Amino acid sequence: MKKNSTTYQPKPKRRTMGGGNKEIKYLTAPKIVKRQKKYCRFKKSGIKYIDYKETEFLMKFVNEQGKLLPRRLTGNSLKYQRKVAEAIKRARQLALLPYVADLLK
Amino acid sequence: MPNYETVIIFSPLLAEDDVKREISKFTKMVTDAGSTIVEERTWGLRQLAFPIQGKSNGIYYIMEFAGPTTVISKLELEYKRDENILRFLTVKLDKYGMDYNDRRRKGLVGKKKETKDEKELNNIPAEAQA
Repeated sequence: MKKNSTTYQPKPKRRTMGGGNKEIKYLTAPKIVKRQKKYCRFKKSGIKYIDYKETEFLMKFVNEQGKLLPRRLTGNSLKYQRKVAEAIKRARQLALLPYVADLLK
Repeated sequence: MPNYETVIIFSPLLAEDDVKREISKFTKMVTDAGSTIVEERTWGLRQLAFPIQGKSNGIYYIMEFAGPTTVISKLELEYKRDENILRFLTVKLDKYGMDYNDRRRKGLVGKKKETKDEKELNNIPAEAQA
């Protein structure tokens, strides 16, 4: 039977092969974990200046090879990512952080 | 007059007196040019992250001063001429940097949350005593 009426009518529920099941059942219960949204730690805690002499703090934004971590991973806002990058580059000039490294952490 | 921060890495082969002499040479240069030294710090001998001129250690010296812009070029030229200096970096501090250094001098830099917690911890016994 076709419906040609203009008024809205809910779609008829699709019948599954097994018959009349309204919910999808999984063999193993799927884990629905909401991933925590990344945030800019500088904005959140109100840090305005990133000191290039604080090596331990800067290590958080560097991977094992001593490379800068992307914003994608750190969650920094663009403004502070730029400042972090600048601070790390200054620290490298002063031999506080290595340019290239292996197993930094 | 903006604030500047300059870090110098001296050769580890220098004796303590020599380092002092070098430092006084530069501080004199800065003060003669009409600027005021805000802070001086020496980190002493420190391991370098990578060897510079075949040396794996260096003596770090940090100076913050407020002065005319013209000093910087003279200072840096002097740094370059000095054979005992492995590396140097001069940075102009923005308002946040100056604020940060002020707070560091007062010992306020570091975990904000912890200081808050400490305050709370300090307050609670005071109330309990009262």
